[in-house]
Amino acid sequence: MTRLASVFACAAEKHRAALIAFVTAGDPTPAATGAILDALVQGGADVIELGMPFTDPMADGPPIQAANIRSLAAGTRTADVLAIAREFRARHPEVPLVLMGYANPMVRRGAEWFARAASDAGVDGVICVDIPPEEDDALGPMLREQGIAPIRLATPTTDAARLPAVLAGASGFVYYVSVAGITGLQQAAQSSIEDAVARLKAATDLPIAVGFGVRTPEQAAQIGRVADGVVVGSAIVELVGKHGPDAPAQVRAYIQSLSAALAAARKEVA
Amino acid sequence: MTVPNSYRAQPDDRGHFGQFGGRFVAETLMPLVLDLEREYRAAKADPAFKAEFDDLLEHYVGRPSPLYHAERLTEALRTGAAPGMGAQVWFKRDELNHTGAHKINNCIGQILLAIRMGKTRIIAETGAGQHGVATATVCARFGLPCVIYMGATDVVRQQPNVFRMKLLGAEVRPVTAGAATLKDAMNEGLRDWVANVHDTFYIIGTAAGPHPYPEMVRDFQSVIGTEARAQMLARTGRLPDLLVAAIGGGSNAIGLFHPFLDDADVAMLGVEAAGHGLDKEHAASLAGGAPGILHGNKTYLLQDEDGQITEGHSISAGLDYPGIGPEHAWLRDIGRVEYTSATDVEALDAFQLLCRTEGIIPALEPSHAIAAVAKKAREMRKDQIILANLCGRGDKDIFTVAAALGVEI
Repeated sequence: MTRLASVFACAAEKHRAALIAFVTAGDPTPAATGAILDALVQGGADVIELGMPFTDPMADGPPIQAANIRSLAAGTRTADVLAIAREFRARHPEVPLVLMGYANPMVRRGAEWFARAASDAGVDGVICVDIPPEEDDALGPMLREQGIAPIRLATPTTDAARLPAVLAGASGFVYYVSVAGITGLQQAAQSSIEDAVARLKAATDLPIAVGFGVRTPEQAAQIGRVADGVVVGSAIVELVGKHGPDAPAQVRAYIQSLSAALAAARKEVA
Repeated sequence: MTVPNSYRAQPDDRGHFGQFGGRFVAETLMPLVLDLEREYRAAKADPAFKAEFDDLLEHYVGRPSPLYHAERLTEALRTGAAPGMGAQVWFKRDELNHTGAHKINNCIGQILLAIRMGKTRIIAETGAGQHGVATATVCARFGLPCVIYMGATDVVRQQPNVFRMKLLGAEVRPVTAGAATLKDAMNEGLRDWVANVHDTFYIIGTAAGPHPYPEMVRDFQSVIGTEARAQMLARTGRLPDLLVAAIGGGSNAIGLFHPFLDDADVAMLGVEAAGHGLDKEHAASLAGGAPGILHGNKTYLLQDEDGQITEGHSISAGLDYPGIGPEHAWLRDIGRVEYTSATDVEALDAFQLLCRTEGIIPALEPSHAIAAVAKKAREMRKDQIILANLCGRGDKDIFTVAAALGVEI
């Protein structure tokens, strides 16, 4: 069983959603990211999404745009992102790590090179924002070759006719982007999330994680009652932006609050 | 590489021009992009759509634009040329269009498509402001609300166009991210679109972006080359020997080139902006870039070895973009079109040359093409014909030119 599969299986056994935490690699500096990732794990994050900084983060709102700028201003290179992943893997052999970002930095040296480098660094999955299923051959086959899960995004605009194409070739989990919009701004209505998760679950056995606009433990708990995973990004990135080198303690406490909410979420209903 | 039967049959059904183009967009936009393609196919096959487009181009834009034999410029360029050398220079006068550039051709086509699709809100990005003005113009004409994203740097250096857009009723939103120029405005346009998919149509200004934009913009701009080809045949009984056009994203160039691509004897030259020089800051994606993925398509991009996009520079805000339309990337790789570049200084010289020899103040964008024409004409025989696209007029640029020449106005 892959690290991703076992984490979702383990969460399911505990009747709770997995907590998926996003930070941008190299924010505020490449050297500071390791301690932030450790804080995520200590706080109770089940899966790490490590953002690859890019000059043109077209799908991101102001908080993650700012994180990208901070990271690149600190001189973060692709080699640093891979080193952060590799060192994380050495410290946390069991915690899944997913790289998330945009196509150009991933394919710059060739998709084969990237897939092999990510595999060597112990990466479990890749979410590429701007490679839809129609362009899968730009990266997907090379990832699968290396045993890395290409994680697909489904959105409120992904209709029933299109969903099979999105799910074909997906692995790891399905990331449901609950808002038609950019990261970090608004949250979707709970009812629309519940409908979407039900629709996705009817179409795939892969775990369904829900993200975009999730900030408070209450929101996380609500989503965690129906989804297999809850993704939190902008709120963490804002803490990093605000506290810089002192961010780990703040991040740990925040993640603890989310994790506790997810642990309790389904009990409240039952 | 095998030579295709026709150079005019691209892209394929996935929107690929060889290895370039495609639909590299977030999943949220993908269903819209597919929908847009379907609607565009239907519109393209609908005689009523074409009739309305043609009617507006004739009576609102002022087409066909003239084909002009620039005899004084031709003579000026023959001075100092070897005996028997110095090709005739002709211009396609798209600077005479309503709003002063070729941009309006595409905006007419896209707004008709937006209305056909029932969209009620228009967004666009702009660099120099010409596409923003053209978009604001068609929005006023059709009564649709309009938001224009423009880099804050460009807002400062293109104040007259900002004011024009506002007069036309558009909301201009300055973008402060990145270098605050055209690519950042395009990022913001995409962010708006992804958040307003239900009612918003994104009028992209150049022949780039996700499929079907490169094809669609090319088709709307092909009126330039279609007219020019017929006009040249009618006036001279032959086709030109060389076509020349400036390239930022490349919409005026592809519009001129495309109808001639299968005319084997017609050579073509695209002129990128070399800024301060190709070894310094420039905006020449083909000369100084490498293939990559940005803004929905795979094409040549100015980027570093990690795939981070680097900032372009050109005196012309309209050429200041780190990418190029995917069809140009393909035409360059297969060798059908030659690409070169002109520096800021060369463009300024050409700008002044045209003012003085022909009484035409060109925009800084086609001034790059004129700089290349000046070089090429001297290498060609007197009986040969160069046809260059004068894609915009220079009124918007007089402040920039004055500053570059050290003149206070």
